[in-house]
Amino acid sequence: MTDNAHAFLEVNNIEVIYDHVILVLKGVSLEVPKGGIVALLGANGAGKSTTLKAISNLLGAERGDVTKGNILYKGEAVESLNPSDLVKRGVIQVMEGRHCFEHLTIEENLLTGAYTRRDGRKAIAQSLELIYDYFPRLRERRSSQAGYTSGGEQQMCAIGRAMLAQPEMILLDEPSMGLAPQLVEEIFEIVKKLNQNEGVSFLLAEQNTNVALRYSDYGYIMENGRVVMEGNAKELGENEDVKEFYLGLSTEGRKSFRDVKNYRRRKRWLA
Amino acid sequence: MRLERDVFYIILASLLLMVAIPWTAGLLSEEIFFEWPFFFEVAIGGLLSGVMYSLVALGFVLIFKASGVFNFAQGAMVLFAALTLVGLNEMGLPMWLAIIATLIVMLVLAMAIERVVLRSLVNQEHIILFMATIGIAYFLDGFGQTIWGSEVKNLDLGFSQAPDFYFGGLILINDFDLIAAVIAGILVIVLALFFQYTRIGRALRAVADDHQAALSVGIPLKHIWVIVWAVAGIVALVAGIMWGSKLGVQFSLALIALKALPVLILGGFTSIPGAIIGGLLIGAGEKLAEVFIAPMIGGGIEDWFAYMLALAFLVFRPQGLFGEKIIERV
Repeated sequence: MTDNAHAFLEVNNIEVIYDHVILVLKGVSLEVPKGGIVALLGANGAGKSTTLKAISNLLGAERGDVTKGNILYKGEAVESLNPSDLVKRGVIQVMEGRHCFEHLTIEENLLTGAYTRRDGRKAIAQSLELIYDYFPRLRERRSSQAGYTSGGEQQMCAIGRAMLAQPEMILLDEPSMGLAPQLVEEIFEIVKKLNQNEGVSFLLAEQNTNVALRYSDYGYIMENGRVVMEGNAKELGENEDVKEFYLGLSTEGRKSFRDVKNYRRRKRWLA
Repeated sequence: MRLERDVFYIILASLLLMVAIPWTAGLLSEEIFFEWPFFFEVAIGGLLSGVMYSLVALGFVLIFKASGVFNFAQGAMVLFAALTLVGLNEMGLPMWLAIIATLIVMLVLAMAIERVVLRSLVNQEHIILFMATIGIAYFLDGFGQTIWGSEVKNLDLGFSQAPDFYFGGLILINDFDLIAAVIAGILVIVLALFFQYTRIGRALRAVADDHQAALSVGIPLKHIWVIVWAVAGIVALVAGIMWGSKLGVQFSLALIALKALPVLILGGFTSIPGAIIGGLLIGAGEKLAEVFIAPMIGGGIEDWFAYMLALAFLVFRPQGLFGEKIIERV
């Protein structure tokens, strides 16, 4: 990635410790350029969500602490802000597992996203219409309680809710979780559109490497709290190791784990 | 308030039972005196005392809606507000000034509770917050009485406590109860509108559903909790004034919170209109049961009737009449 002064979002060598003892991130650095979609890939427990929460400052509520390193947004340090201030500055997180307000209607859910805005009812109503244009399905279900809507609709609701804060940067955690492949495509399509038309940058954490790499420009692969690999999405997608361990493809056809050569290479990955 | 059909039927059925049971009891038993004006007198008296229960229940509902926690300290807040009001009044402040000063005290109390207790408990289990409110309750009980003394005090608002005849001289109603009912009614309408239609009301409901998600969209939990505890404090003050001028300001005010519990189970912990209707049903129900059923089984129904009713509700409709259904996706 280019190094012109400061990137839009810059995470420098952060270390995160939960409950004062559990070391989860062991020096993670990454950058998101303005208007980019960056994927953060890795298996369960690799530290993707923790990285996102460290950026959005939601860690505090889970007794986690950023103990080393710093996080710069537009060149300013943001580690000590609370989530609400960060939302006002334009960084918002869509949490893993949607977290819609179940007893609120879809429309009320969307409106809670506008909590930090001070530009009046009319502007908010306009944004609401805009979101309904991106997610026509939400318009249909605007008055049903979010708890009774489907997983896909809840994911759309969560993204739409974040969009109502008029963010410049969305931290999107595992949007594909528990959704049918077709829906996953649909949601990534919309993410791409929001990125192109509204100029929102995305940092998305995903396990679904295949889809994530197709829709993003750049990717980081995390393992055990470290970034082990990074590169353009296209290059990553063509990398032999990524293909084998994350995409389940191999040029040499299907292989067994008993294969010694393969085992050695795998060992290097898991070290 | 959208009245669901089954809620409507339950209310209709309870009203019918309330009329039918006393009437048949009056026919069947020699000991029970039944006449229509007398029946209505008892029923209206019951409804009006139910309003007083609702006032206390309302405070619980507010905090439950905004944090999903049963605020054990609500009764203590009622006592504390009433003690402060009377104490300030005795120090020579005129009543209206004392009320304003007490409002400010309740606001400061809300801020202190948020700062000292709640802030460090963000995202903890509900049961932990509940335990914290028990602590707050004991603290407030003791603190209030340490400052203002523990003897029974008189709170006189200048309203007549004597009953008057209404409806062409047929039915005796306590004027004070009527005033209390009007005040409670206004309070409920204002609060219901506030929760349903304002930005902050929506945020309060959002926080109740999911603390973390609320944080993530930029709702500052600190402010929300101060607001909700302050509103609960104001409701506690109103309840304190009403109950205090009825019973005198004394420690037993903190215990009326126990009467709010069945009201909440009946009406639903999350519903403001539910608190009112639950209060009315329980108020009228227990008075009617005491007058028209108790003589047959030797009396003393009033004390446990509400809890029996609540128990029945827990079996058949655990979310209460208007409570939010527990949504579970399968």
